[in-house]
Amino acid sequence: MAELQPAGPVGRPVPRVDGVAKVTGAAHYVDDLDLPGAWHGATVRSTVAHGVLDAVDLDPDYDWTDVVVVTAADIAAAGGRNVVTLIEEDQPALVPLGGRVMHVDEAIALVAAPTRARALEARRHVRPRISARPAVLDTDAALRAEVKLYGDDNVFKRFVIRKGHGDDAAFEDAMAGADRIIEGVYPTAAQEQMYIEPQGMAAHWEDGRCFLVGSMQCPYYVHKAMKALLGCDGDGVVVTQAVTGGGFGGKEEYPSMIAAHVALLARKAGRPVKLIYDRGEDIAATTKRHPCVTRHRLGLAADGAIVAIDADVVMDGGAYLTLSPVVLSRGVLHAAGPYRCPVVRIVGRVVATNHPPHGAFRGFGAPQTTFPYERQIDKAARLLGVDPLAYRQRLALRPGDTTATGQELTFSVGSEAVLEAIARAAGPRPARDAVSAGGAPVRRGRGVCFYFHGSGFTGAGEQRIAGRATVALTAAGDVEVRSSSTDIGQGAATIFAQIAGASLGLAPERVRVVDPSTDKVPDSGPTVASRTCMVVGGLVERAARALGTRIAAWAGEHGRGGAPFAEVAAAAAAALGEVAETVQYEPPPGIEWDDATYTGAAYPVFGWAACLVDVAIDLDTCEVTVERCVQAVDVGKAINPMIVKGQIEGGTLQALGWGLLENVLYQDGKVANASMTNCIVPTFADAPDLETVLVEVPYPYGPHGAKGVGEIPMDGPAAAAINAVVDALGVDFDVVPVLPETIAARRDAWDAARRKS
Amino acid sequence: MKVSLEVNGAARAVDVDPWRRLLDVLREDLRLTGTKEGCGEGECGACTVLLDGAPVNACLVAAGQCHGRKVTTVEGLAGHADGGAVLHEVQAALLACGGAQCGICTPGIAVCASWIVDAEPIGADAGARARVRELLAGNICRCTGYQLIVDAVVEAAQARRAGEGEP
Ligand code: FES
Ligand code: FES
Repeated sequence: MAELQPAGPVGRPVPRVDGVAKVTGAAHYVDDLDLPGAWHGATVRSTVAHGVLDAVDLDPDYDWTDVVVVTAADIAAAGGRNVVTLIEEDQPALVPLGGRVMHVDEAIALVAAPTRARALEARRHVRPRISARPAVLDTDAALRAEVKLYGDDNVFKRFVIRKGHGDDAAFEDAMAGADRIIEGVYPTAAQEQMYIEPQGMAAHWEDGRCFLVGSMQCPYYVHKAMKALLGCDGDGVVVTQAVTGGGFGGKEEYPSMIAAHVALLARKAGRPVKLIYDRGEDIAATTKRHPCVTRHRLGLAADGAIVAIDADVVMDGGAYLTLSPVVLSRGVLHAAGPYRCPVVRIVGRVVATNHPPHGAFRGFGAPQTTFPYERQIDKAARLLGVDPLAYRQRLALRPGDTTATGQELTFSVGSEAVLEAIARAAGPRPARDAVSAGGAPVRRGRGVCFYFHGSGFTGAGEQRIAGRATVALTAAGDVEVRSSSTDIGQGAATIFAQIAGASLGLAPERVRVVDPSTDKVPDSGPTVASRTCMVVGGLVERAARALGTRIAAWAGEHGRGGAPFAEVAAAAAAALGEVAETVQYEPPPGIEWDDATYTGAAYPVFGWAACLVDVAIDLDTCEVTVERCVQAVDVGKAINPMIVKGQIEGGTLQALGWGLLENVLYQDGKVANASMTNCIVPTFADAPDLETVLVEVPYPYGPHGAKGVGEIPMDGPAAAAINAVVDALGVDFDVVPVLPETIAARRDAWDAARRKS
Repeated sequence: MKVSLEVNGAARAVDVDPWRRLLDVLREDLRLTGTKEGCGEGECGACTVLLDGAPVNACLVAAGQCHGRKVTTVEGLAGHADGGAVLHEVQAALLACGGAQCGICTPGIAVCASWIVDAEPIGADAGARARVRELLAGNICRCTGYQLIVDAVVEAAQARRAGEGEP
């Protein structure tokens, strides 16, 4: 095998392999594809939150020539099953006649026509008749279960984590031993992913096979769902990712729904069909971050040590189960935070409501549970009169400590390093009081936050997925990486090229990363869970090494032993034809997880991060300006520091947005602000200059030491920002988001606090 | 209505409804798909093009308004030399600084930034960064947190001035 050269491609800010196409506008996203003869699809949706579909009427006065209409009846007629397969099969692709309508904007019928305008017009002439039923629109109502949406109790999933106690009575005994107990209730709001490319997919059929191309994170999720829906085997459907304009989790599960719709339309129309959502439809109908309420009790000893943690987490799953159990799992597994504590009880429930299903969004449940414990820790520091950062440094998990599930931390524990990085970067506090350019009084505050995030799938998830990746020397002499990990902007293709290049002694531009298509790449598992670089990158590294070894052996046999890969590859390819090495995931040693008791190693390794935020609040308008945001993240190893930094900064701003600016409003089960005008996200002008500190505490089983980084920056900055608001105003804000109106509503309280201080 | 316009330096004519969005004329009639639609309501800036040299949202401009005018899209930013494309300073800087991630916002940002480096003296100080943020506030990027894009525009402005022989 060729030796890794000292100036190898790993650890350098190599420009993205897809960068030129993106900066010149040459990259083709799904709506840019030229599909000759393609029609355009549109979706007829429910206007009620809960009911029974009695009929789907077609306006008899409308001219239906050149319009195709699809209903649920078309699915069974072709031998398929009306389900969008994911964890369960409770969600139909289209509500059937006599079936239950479970949420506003649920898909009921589909139309396609030669132009987008005609399809949208035809859609208005399809009229579902629905008998409305009482709807369940909050989690308390769901738990009362007077209206049953799922099972007898509306609970999709429940988890209990116990550490250091046997049952509830023993837990309460431990809590009773605390010198003081801090209690709080922490609601966090839904959040829209707001990728700038709305969702979309195109389909065509050829010789009875369905070809799908579109915007997505997980081609094999779509592939699996299509097999059930279309009643075909794996060869009957080919799913290809187009260049994808952002995902952040939002294109994890919902693309299967759009794929189902466009496949049905294309089959019935007998021609290619494109189904591209406009922004309003995308916001209204697709998944969002789960709204969540956490009740938290923090028991403290007299010296400030944590005696016991009690967290009760309730998430609103929406109308169908989708990925909710997994989101809840990650939420509860992070709910105790990265702090030493001998006794922990966490109970989590995700419940059914008549909201559109909530789903994957970067952080995947962890931001919802990070905010509560980081507010609690801040309250504890204030109560004890100690510096919030120093207090976190004191309580932080260290090597040898155990997490809430009893996982002993043995390697790659960056907790002290990230806290130390923040302490170093902190600098003096800015002046507390000031006057704005407009003459308004301004109050400043500083907040910190400390958190961790498990890399890869939970528990035995990676073994179950058994992801595979291939590195091949093609017959033409090119090196190809084949995996189903999609580049959704996070730089997967570039990082894989760097990793494979490093193993083979090649420059990254000599490595081609194949566009994910289910007929060309093995199933590497989905592009989620901060696993792409660490897990799939690890597979790419192993496969590349195996390929290097094979070619080196061939070279040895042919009198060129010891020659670098690059020098013998062409000759080997000419002699051998394609040489492909495929490897499968193997868990690191000593990883044991018990799904029944929720104990053991929840994740192979954790990423660690800490954040500092300075805010300035205009006391007239209550607007919050983030003046400074520093985030230190332990990434194990930055394969590409520029890409990692970009990832962290993007996640950081999404988190600040969630904390201070963004808000999804529901009214009668419908998203009430389904436009970019009303559902705002941070702009250039809202964002501070972001300071990012990369900390590298290597993970021995990751490629070059790398571990997950995709999600962790989303977990903490909202808490840091809101802690800063609390620091400025002297009153607690225990909710996400804290908007200007949230602050204004408590003016009397903080005005009084300010006058006292 | 027959609309004659100059797109990226070439004369083009289309026969369209005067209310047709410039965005659709570019993407569908002229097959210039580099200009993106992120919202269709003037909020995201993914559709930014230059109309007679000034940035506009192509989703808010009607074809009828464009008769006799000049449009520059992302496809018109790069120059050509020796048969190959030569990236515009802002394109080169976005690439070098990591300012493009998923890339869907990138054409609009590149077009707007090309106007900024032409129209504004952007230095390297904090004030310059704030000015870049203000001028790009109509372009939303959800991936980057904006930091690396601001770096890129500042770098491009410097490259532009160096190219013009300023000290
Ligand atoms: S598509 Fe024109 S501003 Fe968003
Ligand atoms: S790079 Fe994805 S939106 Fe800007």
